Amino acid sequence: MRRKASWAALEKAATERILIIDGAMGTMIQQYKLGEEHYRGERFADHSKDIKGNNDLLVLTQPEIIQEIHGKYLGAGADIIETNTFNAQRISMADYHMEELSYEMNVEAAKLARRAADEWSQKTPEKPRFVAGAVGPTNRTASISPDVNNPGYRNVSFDELRDAYKEQVRGLIDGGSDIILIETIFDTLNAKAAGFATLEVFEEKDLELPVMISGTITDRSGRTLSGQTAEAFWYSMRHLRPFSIGLNCALGAELMRPYIAELSHVADVRISAYPNAGLPNAMGEYDESPDEMACKVEPWLADGLINIVGGCCGSTPDHIAHIASHAISYKPRALPTHEPRLRLSGLEPFVHG
Amino acid sequence: MGEQNTMTTANAAQSFINIGERTNVTGSAKFRKLIEQNDYAGALAVARQQVEAGAQIIDVNMDEGLLDSERAMTTFLNLIASEPDISRVPIMIDSSKWSVIEAGLKCVQGKPIVNSISMKEGEGPFLEHARKVLRYGAAVVVMAFDEEGQADTIERKVTICERAYKLLTEKVGFPPEDIIFDPNIFAVATGIEEHNGYGIAFIEAARQIKERMPLAHISGGVSNLSFAFRGNEPVREAMHSVFLYHAIRAGMDMGIVNAGQLALYDDIPAELRDLCEDVILNRRPDATDRLLEAAPKFKGDGSGQKAKEKDLSWREAPVQARLTHALVHGITDFIELDTEEARAEAEKPLHVIEGPLMAGMNVVGDLFGAGKMFLPQVVKSARVMKQAVAYLQPYLEAEKKLSGLDQMPSAGKILMATVKGDVHDIGKNIVGVVLQCNNYEVIDLGVMVPAAKILETAKKEKVDMIGLSGLITPSLDEMCFVASEMEREGFSMPLLIGGATTSKVHTAVKINPNYNRGQAVYVLDASRAVGVVSKLLSDTENAPYIQNIRTEYTKVRESHLANEARKERITLKAARDNKFKIDWPAMKPVKPSYLGARSFSNYSLASLVPYIDWTPFFQTWELAGRYPQILTDNKVGAEAKKLFDDAQALLKRIVAEKWVTASAVVGFWPANSVGDDIALYKDDTRSGEIAKLHTLRQQIARDPNRNRAHTALSDFIAPKETGVADYIGMFAVTAGLGEDEAIERHIKKTDDYNRIMAKALCDRLAEAFAEAMHEKVRKELWGYAKGEKLTADDLILEKYQGIRPAPGYPAQPDHTEKATIWKLMDVEKAAGITLTESYAMWPGSSVSGLYFANPESHYFGVGKVERDQVEDYAARKGWTIEETERWLAPVLNYDRRNTAAAA
Repeated sequence: MRRKASWAALEKAATERILIIDGAMGTMIQQYKLGEEHYRGERFADHSKDIKGNNDLLVLTQPEIIQEIHGKYLGAGADIIETNTFNAQRISMADYHMEELSYEMNVEAAKLARRAADEWSQKTPEKPRFVAGAVGPTNRTASISPDVNNPGYRNVSFDELRDAYKEQVRGLIDGGSDIILIETIFDTLNAKAAGFATLEVFEEKDLELPVMISGTITDRSGRTLSGQTAEAFWYSMRHLRPFSIGLNCALGAELMRPYIAELSHVADVRISAYPNAGLPNAMGEYDESPDEMACKVEPWLADGLINIVGGCCGSTPDHIAHIASHAISYKPRALPTHEPRLRLSGLEPFVHG
Repeated sequence: MGEQNTMTTANAAQSFINIGERTNVTGSAKFRKLIEQNDYAGALAVARQQVEAGAQIIDVNMDEGLLDSERAMTTFLNLIASEPDISRVPIMIDSSKWSVIEAGLKCVQGKPIVNSISMKEGEGPFLEHARKVLRYGAAVVVMAFDEEGQADTIERKVTICERAYKLLTEKVGFPPEDIIFDPNIFAVATGIEEHNGYGIAFIEAARQIKERMPLAHISGGVSNLSFAFRGNEPVREAMHSVFLYHAIRAGMDMGIVNAGQLALYDDIPAELRDLCEDVILNRRPDATDRLLEAAPKFKGDGSGQKAKEKDLSWREAPVQARLTHALVHGITDFIELDTEEARAEAEKPLHVIEGPLMAGMNVVGDLFGAGKMFLPQVVKSARVMKQAVAYLQPYLEAEKKLSGLDQMPSAGKILMATVKGDVHDIGKNIVGVVLQCNNYEVIDLGVMVPAAKILETAKKEKVDMIGLSGLITPSLDEMCFVASEMEREGFSMPLLIGGATTSKVHTAVKINPNYNRGQAVYVLDASRAVGVVSKLLSDTENAPYIQNIRTEYTKVRESHLANEARKERITLKAARDNKFKIDWPAMKPVKPSYLGARSFSNYSLASLVPYIDWTPFFQTWELAGRYPQILTDNKVGAEAKKLFDDAQALLKRIVAEKWVTASAVVGFWPANSVGDDIALYKDDTRSGEIAKLHTLRQQIARDPNRNRAHTALSDFIAPKETGVADYIGMFAVTAGLGEDEAIERHIKKTDDYNRIMAKALCDRLAEAFAEAMHEKVRKELWGYAKGEKLTADDLILEKYQGIRPAPGYPAQPDHTEKATIWKLMDVEKAAGITLTESYAMWPGSSVSGLYFANPESHYFGVGKVERDQVEDYAARKGWTIEETERWLAPVLNYDRRNTAAAA
């Protein structure tokens, strides 16, 4: 299969240095204090449902805002920026009756990010920038029942997820993404469907992109929402032969550390981490300062746990700039080689022999 | 030995995976009925029981003609997903229909196993299914089945598996370690002659498959084997057990087995075992007839399992034997009765645990270690043990009250946990009980405890030490991880390691090096726990105890590394390509103050005394510890002090009365390296070569990610082609001239103590002389480190520039290289030291070696060498291969007899 041309440059950059991935998109959008009419723009002025809060739609209605945010993160030193497509598949878009826009949103989002990244790649040719097509978890779970009285019930199937993801991934690739990033995984079965879809689209297009995978450990239990430990999660995703595996969201850097260490210990691919800027305070705001966050991330870098680092909820270009200034003094984690063994998982890992 | 084995090659039976077969409608009538009646709650209970009974993977099969198998598979797997007690283990999705398998794959978030796909319908569908399996993220069982049918002979089984393996790894990109072959277990002893070889065919095929495709796995459904003996459970169980015993040794590493109902290999009556073995291994033509004839005799009352349980003859035995029997066979029916009897006989209730119960568990441990018990059976044993301990609990409490122990402050606080990934806690629980009975406070975090939680609790509770337990091999890695996390978070408290797969070797070699701030201590069994803990918590005993452990673990580690070092080597060429590199153009070697040899006779003994390193002196007397701390050591301090005082007194006499003469010879020559040799020249014209020193190169296979050179001593001398004018030095020193005579003169023949003391002191003086002379060389005679200022401790720690390696030691293991030193400096005349036939020095209190001045030169060990280097070395030394092998015998990485025979 053909490989995306930018893959080699990404590979090279990741060997040379710790790569920086951008910070929160939602946090930045909030700062623009957009109202219903901003979300609608001209095109959706007459849409039947309220659409304020449909951030992914902004790539169609307020593209210059999204482009500006990408630019700020690139200016802060991000090597990789994520497309504004966290919810841009038909399952999530059903909430707004905008299922049919899914493909278009992904294409446009990727194009916006592409333009921003190319601009900076030209400015700093020694530091090429990459676009990660962001694939989120959707708002449904394939292995958890929404009905406590009926644990066998599911409100979404593997096939529905796979089809929705295929449409999204096609759009992301057609818009020019360098990477497919399956992120904020709280149900591994959803992510497996996303992975399945991604491989199918690669085959369809005879074009392969590097895949990044990022799960979410929801609390100090050290498990995903669907109950897997970090190691079990890795064994569930390993067949995708991803470019990187890691964690994002839910936890701040301090609390995320043991699970990043766990992944770093068991995974023979690159490790990514983009934690929240601390934990939300009583008002639901993240108040870890850029400097604080960078200082909490630094020990990971010093201990050689990390290849790709950035921020999630609550982080801003300022946070990313601080993290980038720390990361520059450290070497990326060297990839370990592990003995080939049969490594299975349920909620917990099982290694044969 | 045993420890080595458990650590390096996990016992085959211990790593055998039991796949629970009770959630299989084709295998269990009970489960089929539950599914048919839509009783999914009942079906889940069956799954839960299996996991509790120790199934490491559960097989789910819904292949029943009247069922909507896709729907049943989906429903059941979705329900399992909501039961963390069940879904913690991986699932095996079992169906002969691809549509059912695919339905199952869409329901599991973990990484499951698909059972199975095959080439039954040709390569096309096989490849398509394999690609999908990989895309869904599962491992796969491949049946030995092709277009012509199921393989029944060894050749067909192996050929089909190899063909499938090639397709999977080359065309699909399937990871070989995720491939599991099922080479078909067919029924034997059916009366049809061609079936007689089916047992041995599987076993032999397993062996060949494992040989050719070592990363792949072998599985099979065992119950087919005994199909001919339906209704005779004892015979079926015996057949399964005997079959597994042989198949596992051949390479079968997983199986669908009802392990809970598997007979213990040693329990099978000898007659029945032999009959089964005859059948399975097809050892005699009448094997089937003989087993058929004898079978009814073993049938019992016809109800199989019940028959065995009803055999209560073991109840006649003494109480210890009964407890052991109950533990080994996992029988709880009488355990309280027997425990009570043992308690009535014992002086204290704790003695029941430490005595008969522990003895019984040791039998379980031995059987497990020997591959004669399986994990689920051990889990049952643990359950019996727990019940016995629970029964004793009130008595233990009462005892504590009676002795007033419960009023005393706790003797220490110990946190215990079974590490993440492991659910086995019986050993840990026993240790906990024993410690509590000895007035220690125990915080037990239970099983599957992640490192972060262990460390967090240890901090919060301010415990005195942490104890980790584990039974399965992956736990060993996890323990290393916990140790490294303790190091990282600044812990220094002792870390106790225990459990069936742990060992002193693993603790010393793998765990302890992760934890430099503290000490990891291996605890063999619960009976040792109190001793270990009390020593560690004692103000007076702690230091010497830890010191002893350190010394012991260092020895263990060294001997282990030496063993390991025997294994992987690279070629001499590859080693040379990776020689130790020095930036020669940047080097300006210092020219020595003179060239040639110079002798120093009758050297002042008194001036050597400050150079003495006393630590090895105490080792001579088997007192472990560093000087001077050893003198105040709580345990050996008094003895060490006395010894040291005696030594000082005798040393004073030796020096004052000049018992011995100290002489030395030191020389320097222009030198350049030529390959792995070092050429020495008469003068700086470097025209005539006067001698050649030969060196050996490291060939150990290293982690390619770690950029470490394969060093030889010649790497420290500038190669001829660089044109850099380099030099080498050599020396021989002795402090033993007149030693024997003086001892005869001054010390009574019967006074062994002072005789040994005198010899030990002369040894120390010779070493001190070598040290003193080296300093003189660095500062003055060679003069490459004129400004050096080092303390005696720095010298012991070898903080100076340059090295003085000795032939016969790790950096150059060939003793015969001394001959060159002797020849060039005429050592015999210049210093009075002679070489024996085997190149030992006489007098014994002598030291000789080479001097290297390069700042990058350092000590290293050549380790074991391969035959290619031996051949090369022989050519360079002008020796025959046999001669070379004789002199290098201790460092050969091969058995020379074998190679000779093979060549």
